[in-house]
Amino acid sequence: MNFIDNPGKLRGFEKNVKVEKVSRRNILKGLGITGGFVLAAPVMSRQALAYETGAGKMPHGVVVDPRVFVAVAPDGIVTILAHRSEMGTGVRTSLPLIVAEEMEADWSRVKVQQAPGDEVKFGNQDTDGSRSTRHYLIPMRQIGASARTMLEQAAAKRWGVPATEVKAVNHEIVHSASGRKLGYGELAADAAKESVPSVEGLKLKDAKDFRYLGKGQISTVDLHDITTGKARYGADVRLPGMKYAVIARPPVTGGKLVSFDPDAALKVPGVEKVIQARGWPWPSKFQPLGGVAVIARNTGAAIKGRDALKLVWDDGANGKYDSVAYRKELEEASRKPGLVLRKEGDADAALKGADKVIVGEYYLPHLAHASMEPPVAVADVKGDKAEIWAPVQSPGGTREDVAKTLGIPEGNVTVNVTLLGGGFGRKSKCDFALEAALLSKELGSPVKVQWTREDDVRHDFLHTVSVERIEAGLDKSGKVIAWRHRSVAPTIASTFAAGAKNQAPFELGMGLVDMPFEIANISCENPEAAAFTRIGWFRSVSNIPRAFAVQSMVGEIAHATGRDQKDMLLELIGTPRIVKPAVKDLWNYGEPYDSYPIDTARLRKVVELVAEKGEWGRQVPKGHGLGIAVHRSFVSYIATVVEVAVDDKGKLTVPRVDTAIDCGTYVNPERIMSQIEGAAIMGLSLAKYGEISFKDGKVEQKNFDDFQVVRIDESPAVTNVYIVPPGPDTPPSGAGEPGVPPFAPALMNAIFAATGKRIRSLPLGKQLEA
Amino acid sequence: MIKLKINGQEQSWDGDPDLPLIWFLRDEAGLTGTKFGCGQALCGSCTVIVDKEAVRSCVTSINDVAGREVTTIEGLHPTGDHPVQKAWRQVNVPQCGFCQAGQIMQAAALLMENPKPSHEQIREEMSGNICRCGCYQRIEAAVHLASTGV
Ligand code: FES
Ligand code: FES
Repeated sequence: MNFIDNPGKLRGFEKNVKVEKVSRRNILKGLGITGGFVLAAPVMSRQALAYETGAGKMPHGVVVDPRVFVAVAPDGIVTILAHRSEMGTGVRTSLPLIVAEEMEADWSRVKVQQAPGDEVKFGNQDTDGSRSTRHYLIPMRQIGASARTMLEQAAAKRWGVPATEVKAVNHEIVHSASGRKLGYGELAADAAKESVPSVEGLKLKDAKDFRYLGKGQISTVDLHDITTGKARYGADVRLPGMKYAVIARPPVTGGKLVSFDPDAALKVPGVEKVIQARGWPWPSKFQPLGGVAVIARNTGAAIKGRDALKLVWDDGANGKYDSVAYRKELEEASRKPGLVLRKEGDADAALKGADKVIVGEYYLPHLAHASMEPPVAVADVKGDKAEIWAPVQSPGGTREDVAKTLGIPEGNVTVNVTLLGGGFGRKSKCDFALEAALLSKELGSPVKVQWTREDDVRHDFLHTVSVERIEAGLDKSGKVIAWRHRSVAPTIASTFAAGAKNQAPFELGMGLVDMPFEIANISCENPEAAAFTRIGWFRSVSNIPRAFAVQSMVGEIAHATGRDQKDMLLELIGTPRIVKPAVKDLWNYGEPYDSYPIDTARLRKVVELVAEKGEWGRQVPKGHGLGIAVHRSFVSYIATVVEVAVDDKGKLTVPRVDTAIDCGTYVNPERIMSQIEGAAIMGLSLAKYGEISFKDGKVEQKNFDDFQVVRIDESPAVTNVYIVPPGPDTPPSGAGEPGVPPFAPALMNAIFAATGKRIRSLPLGKQLEA
Repeated sequence: MIKLKINGQEQSWDGDPDLPLIWFLRDEAGLTGTKFGCGQALCGSCTVIVDKEAVRSCVTSINDVAGREVTTIEGLHPTGDHPVQKAWRQVNVPQCGFCQAGQIMQAAALLMENPKPSHEQIREEMSGNICRCGCYQRIEAAVHLASTGV
């Protein structure tokens, strides 16, 4: 049953239809497959599932159809499509593994094939928001169960026995009464003729029979290729006749090219052409910045040619952006009231009447993603057809944007998804693919646009810059009775609409309005902030500054009241309960609150677990200190304990990190561990070094010398990860991003314990040396 | 005409002698296993072995390696079973994997020179190679494993 090559003629197929039985038939006919049906979101009926997710509300929802995702060849090889992008989380293995589990396929006879961008066919493909397992655990199980049922039905028919008497066991259908067996390959053709069973009637496997899920025994499908240099990333695509290009872009966001002199560049050996690259005014979502493209026979020549260009720019309105001045503006804004988003009790009055008020202003500068693979894309545009090869987190969105940018129908655009050499949110923005498409069209040949690291650092869609100001009011007994949190930061919305100054619900919902503490008087506010550069998603987004502020404040309160940090934290979290914040739009990561409430029992649990396993309170040598922090993000719960050592010169080392994560039902605990280990490094990088600053509108950093990241010699000596075993029906939640937010505050609380210095401004830089 | 050996094969180049080796490997010779991460000898993604030494191919011109023997990740072992590669798989080191060719080449060169490095030496010698995904704990474990026999 070859289900994969369904023609992509599914345009106009309605989003979010419940069960689409008729219109798809015409398409299947062309393949000689009849009687098939396709489900689109929302597919998760109450009968089939113990919980609902927000998957159906994502653009193009969910498609549950074995004919789209699974193919069984006559030789028994099962091909399973991966429709999400692999950037290091292991998703390209995990989702197909779920299908294989349910269909009783033998993993050693499974091939994973990457799906191109086509959301009508595959459902939503945005690999972001730590959503893949959360949204696809059940759909992938249903797809696998459907395929298994079809194979069982085919075997039962062949033997003339009731389907209830046969059973799928490791790539075979078995009739135990008669001892007969048929391999999946032998049944493939017949199974393809079976109708796809209804989702409601599917029998999913009992968790106790799982061979793969939750075990962590399966290595990622790309492991061998990665270790031998065969793995193909965006930059590794080579087409016959392909040219190599780099682009000189306006140094200031929104700047424009005035003039350029290509002569010296054209004299560089290997340079073939120098042309203007089309740009869009700022802001314009993900459209290219424009500039001058140097086309050459190899990337080295293109870079050398670009260095020789003479360029004159008009910097435009953002030419005055200055990070030192801007920080002052943010601080001042944080000291005045802003849009009130959550109000419980009367924080103003309670703060006035408090015995003691502790105030903290926490600063976090812009951050660059600096994925190891800088942005890169290959495009081949011929007439009104375009083919793209790119490391994109959003293949569906890329297809849409390429079509719009070139003015051709979306169906004429093929987006091939390569491996991503890291993403962290940067590759959710497809500007680099649009650049390649435009250039290929103009050149009339395939072209690769390669960003250098300097391009990447200077023209990123940066993590925002923020001041989080928290005022905590304490009564005489040291109990926190008031909490006012003002968050000031340019919003990601400013990349989509000029002049947006208030944060969007999805930003406010990341640790501001969803703050879980049991405090009588709460005010969460958002004063305005204008943007002067491109702001975008960075792994865990606004949770980074929020967790830094909130969890540092817990440390500050603990110190002011002479309490243990962990005890203080648990006291603030309060009783085990479902928190119901008084907020108009809680966002809740797009998930229904019933399935994914703010559950303080789970929050307490990770704190208690990490404290126990991480030996909280242990004696540490002089100059060492322990810090703790917890944060709920992407509907997961994570707590981290960091041990630091600070020597008398202020040099910081991290002897040990312990993290406990509750991400509900999980697929591959081994990859969750690697995500959390990596999150500790990313957390340490941003805490120690992370800063992109602007002067005269231009980014001051350029490469890994001045935008430093943590290296192996300064990485934690050991990072231990503990995963909370899920309850029987605990919905899966995020694992890729949630590890990042608690790290920096745990580190800063540890530094305080070791040195008595409270760091409220990131990065740490040389603050301990002072 | 510059002549050199890459993974045991004779190669030649009559273009710009200053061309960084990385671009000859990737764009001219089609050996894309060697990765571009920074172009300034800051990240180690582009590490190859020249004779017996790990070098950053992004700051090494093709002229610098004229007449010499270059080994890339593709040529490290015919079946990909160099002890370092095996250890990498055993420990499941990679996340995105983009830095790993450079890490593996650096580790292979380290073990040629020092077959039994201490943990401190591993951390020291591998510190020129950035992994933005943060696989360091496993890199350290894998180099150690490779040095003690996989
Ligand atoms: S690309 Fe050569 S060291 Fe980074
Ligand atoms: S595995 Fe992604 S950069 Fe190292």
